[in-house]
Order: sequence, then structure tokens, then C-alpha cells
Amino acid sequence: MIDISNLIVLPMALPLIIGIIQIFFKNQIKTQRTMSILGVLTTIGIAVFLLERIQTEGIMRLDFGGWEPPFGILFVADSFSVILVLVASVVTLICLIYAFSSVGEKMEKMYFYAFINFLLAGVNGSFLTGDIFNLYVNFEIMLLASYVLVALGGSKKQLRESIKYVVINVLSSWFFLVAVAYLYGQLGTLNMAHLSQLISESGQTPTLTVVSLVFLIVFALKSGLLLYFWLPGSYSAPPIVVAALFGGLLTKVGIYAMFRVFTLIFYHEPGITHTIIGIMAGLTLIAGSIGAIAYKDIRQIVSYNVVIAVGFILVGLAVMTQEGFEGSIFYLMHDMIAKSLLFLLAGTMITVTGKKRIDEISGLIRNYPVFGWIFFIVMLSLAGVPPLSGFIGKVLVGHGTIETGSYVLLALAFISSIFVLYSLLRIFLNSFWGETIISTDEEVPMRKGWMVSFSLFTILMFILGFGVELFIPYVADAANTLMNPQIYIDAVMND
Amino acid sequence: MKINNVILRTASRFVVFIILTLALYLFFAGHNNPGGGFIAGLVLSSAFVLMYLVNDMETVQKAIPLDFRRIAALGAFLAVGTGFGGLIFGAPFLTQVFGHFHLPFFGTVELTTVTIFEAGVTLTVVGVVITIILSISEDV
Repeated sequence: MIDISNLIVLPMALPLIIGIIQIFFKNQIKTQRTMSILGVLTTIGIAVFLLERIQTEGIMRLDFGGWEPPFGILFVADSFSVILVLVASVVTLICLIYAFSSVGEKMEKMYFYAFINFLLAGVNGSFLTGDIFNLYVNFEIMLLASYVLVALGGSKKQLRESIKYVVINVLSSWFFLVAVAYLYGQLGTLNMAHLSQLISESGQTPTLTVVSLVFLIVFALKSGLLLYFWLPGSYSAPPIVVAALFGGLLTKVGIYAMFRVFTLIFYHEPGITHTIIGIMAGLTLIAGSIGAIAYKDIRQIVSYNVVIAVGFILVGLAVMTQEGFEGSIFYLMHDMIAKSLLFLLAGTMITVTGKKRIDEISGLIRNYPVFGWIFFIVMLSLAGVPPLSGFIGKVLVGHGTIETGSYVLLALAFISSIFVLYSLLRIFLNSFWGETIISTDEEVPMRKGWMVSFSLFTILMFILGFGVELFIPYVADAANTLMNPQIYIDAVMND
Repeated sequence: MKINNVILRTASRFVVFIILTLALYLFFAGHNNPGGGFIAGLVLSSAFVLMYLVNDMETVQKAIPLDFRRIAALGAFLAVGTGFGGLIFGAPFLTQVFGHFHLPFFGTVELTTVTIFEAGVTLTVVGVVITIILSISEDV
């Protein structure tokens, strides 16, 4: 009796309804916490189930209200979407554990968990939607929640940064709408599979290529590809756990949208669009690397590391090969986990010392040995040292660039890894080694919740690193769908 | 500053009812004609705003002791909840149904689940608009 495809909507609808219900329980923090955890756990379960099912049954879709494509709006679950939904939900779960012992009662009563749930709903919805206007709507759900989360707490710096953040995102959302309107004016449909079908029939005219470049600008602003000028400021203002969620999830949604649009819809003129993406990715890698070593403020360094990763992942899109895509997907999964952990670690360093600059902190490893070694592991993982999760993504993206002869991108991608390593090693050497600045009686104890979330993230990095064989079939299927848009179109249109 | 604006006070008593009627009309018209939950919500909240303008905030708060944030949440809950309704009956998410019913006095009426959804939208709009206006006016 129950329609199985209804499960596709739950990763978005469940957090949404939980967030709404939490508004009624404003002051019952325990209830809110339990609801959030249970909701996210259910979402994870559903994502795992969907991922398994897609391998055997193919891409699933859900037509809202029974309106068939191309007329209705719909959710489409392919391996790429569901992998990202899964990782995003896991990251949210672990960040929630950290939040329990860090955000404080005042913020928890200001609908903190409700907005975390709305954020997750927007993120998951963006991954799953099969309609480009619906993608815009889900972006807005995510952004509205993020506006609140950036400003929640109300410190002077937060308000200053949140205004910039809101303005830049409202502007890029406006561009998004303009691009969607152009597309609708040209082709008369907004269903992504239908758009792709129409474009492959009528050819990607120069007008459509221009429209695709407007989309490129929009997603570049959202994901921080070259147009990342707003990112380091905004990501260093909000509370630690919010910054971790932003660093782990928000830019990834922009990256996902770029992959979807430029593999499914606008893939006929790679000479123009994908070359531009390649150039932008290369420049992002250079600028991000410079930024990462230019600052002494820990949160700035970490934010620039986000920028480098964005450039790296989009190298995989620029080269357009099966291996490149696989590499990008692996690296996306790795980066969502590792960046969230990195933000949590950096934030915790600031919390326990009360200082923000690496030259003001030293000898942390004497006070908090486990904490120090976890930082060391995440550093190795981000640099791409073999047994850890960053390795496989880097290798596969590298293969992709060699296959197509994009040696410049190859060089930039791997030199940037050295910069990542250097920038984080600098934090490690300056702040963890040397004479301790915290005497034993002033030592702020590490809370259990913090250590639990750090450990869970670290374990995930090892699982992703050692279990590559386990994940390969899913990632290969995701990359295969990206390479052959017809699979996606068939699942949506000719069913 | 207390202004005793007799004309505004007297007029608003009637105008509020006109606005409320219009809101109700728009709400039900929206099913097949221009109108609908969103616009009805905006009109409805303009009635509230008028009441807040004419009387002061405490008086209205006493007369209508509602937490508008909760109203917004209730509305969103109704709207998303109707989406889940379809799931229970094995239909796709957000499926809406309608049927013709014979009611005394009204005659044959078309009743539909979209009305519940729209009611949710209306409540959300009212809740959000009033919350925004109240929090802006509190600051000054």
C-alpha cells in the first residue's frame, strides 16, 4: 500500500516537519535534542536504503501530487544525490552531538535546532530535486536557515559579516532567478531531464550557452569557485558548530548544482563552459593556496582551505571523464567530513585558549594529547596521505586530468595539496608543539561531547580511506550517471 | 505619545471587518480564481496591522492573546502535514484530493484537502508578517 518512492522526499520533508514541531517546544531543550537526533538518524537510514535500492532498481523518482513530468515537480534520487544526502546527514548528526555541549542554553532556546533542521532540509532537497526552479527554492530554504544561523548570537562581528553574507547571497539568488527565467523563456520547461532532452534535440545554441554561463556565475558565487571573496569572512564569524556545518555542507551544495547542471543540461559545448570551469578552478586553487598561508588567524586559514577544496573538486568536473567524476565524488564525501572536523578543531582551539592567532597559541598537545593527534590525522587526510580518506579522491582526479592531458590543472591540483599540508602544518607546529601556555590549573577540560564528535569524524575518515573498495560500486554508478545523462533522462521521462 | 485620533478609531472598527471579509473571500476564491492562501494571509495581516496602529500594542495583545510565532509554525505544520497525508494512503507526497459533499444549508459543496494546505499557508503568512512588524516596531 505504501508507495516506496515516497521515501525519496523524506530526507527533505522529515527535517522540515521536525524543525517546525520544535518551534512549539521552544523551552524543552531535551525534547528538541532527542527529536533532532532521531530525525537525522532516520534520514541516514532512509539514505542507506535508497542507495542500496538504486543499485538494483535504477534511478528512482517521485512525482509530487502524482503530476507526471514534465508538468509536475519531482524529486529524483540517483546515486550521486543519495551519496551526498547520506554524507550530509551524517555530518549534521555529528555536528549536533558537538552542538549539545557547546552552543549554550540561550541559543538553544532561540530555535537553534529548528534552524539546523531547516538547513538540512534545504541541503537534502537541493540534492534530490529534479526541477531547476525547485532547486532554487531549496537553495533559498537552506540560505534562509543559514542567514539566521550566521546572525544567531548577535555579536558585533556576526552582524557585520551576516550583512555581507545576506547581500551577496540575495544578489546571487537574483541572478539564479534571472537565469531560470531565461531558460524557461528559451525552452518552456524547468524539468532538468526535459531541459536536457530539448537541448540535445535542438542543439545548445549560443543563447543557451550564455544562459549556462549565468548559471555558472550563480553557482560559483554559492560554492566559492573563484568568487569566494565573501567566504572567509562569513565562515569565521558564526558559532563553531555552525561554521563547521557551513564549511562541510553549504559550498558543497553549490558544487553539486554545478555538477548537475553542467553534466545533465549544458554538456554540449565543453569547449566553452568546461574550459571556463577549468580556468576558474585553477585560479581558485592558486588564490586559495595563497590565502591559506597568508593569514595567522586560525579560522581564516581554515576557511581558505575550504576554497582550495572547491577548486580541487571542480577540476574533476572540468576534465569530464569517468575517473575524474569518481575522484570528485570521493573527494566531496571526504571533504564534507574532513572540513567539518577541521572547523570544529579550529573552533575548539580558540575556545580553550581564548586566542585566535597561531603565534599566540603554543604547546596545546601537552594539555590535550588526543585532540592534538586528531588534528594531525585530519591534516594528513586533507593533504591526501594514503590510508586516509583524501587519498583516493586525489588519485582519481589526477587520473582524470592525465587522461585528458590537462597537465596545468594536474600540477595546480597537486601543488595545492602541498599548500594545504603546509598551512595546516604551520598551525600544528606553532600551536600544538612548543612550550605550553595553559597551566594545568587553568586548563579548560575537553567536554565529552566534543571528543565524541571528533572521534566519530576521525573514524569516518578511516572508514572512507580503508573502505574504498566498499564504496567504489556506488561512486562508479554515480559517475556513470553523470557521464551518461541519458540514464537520468530515461528514468525521468521515459518510464 | 498618545494620540486620540477619533476618526481613525471609528473608521477602523468598520474597515477591519471589511478587510476580514475580503480576506475570507480571497481565501475561498483562490481555489479556482485569482486569490488564495498567501494573498488572503497578507490581507488578513493588514487587518491586524491596522488594529495595532489604531490601538497600542498592549491593548491588542490583551484582546488577541496569541503568540504569532506559534501561529506561523502551526501554519507551516498544517501545510507540510497535508503533504504527509498522501503518504498514509499510499499516494505520492503532496497528493491532494477533493470530493463533492451534500451539506445542509450550503447545498452541494466541493470539499478538498487543498483548503487545509491553503489554511496553513494563510496562518504562516499572518504569523510571519505580524512577527516581523512587531519586532521592527519594538526596536524603535
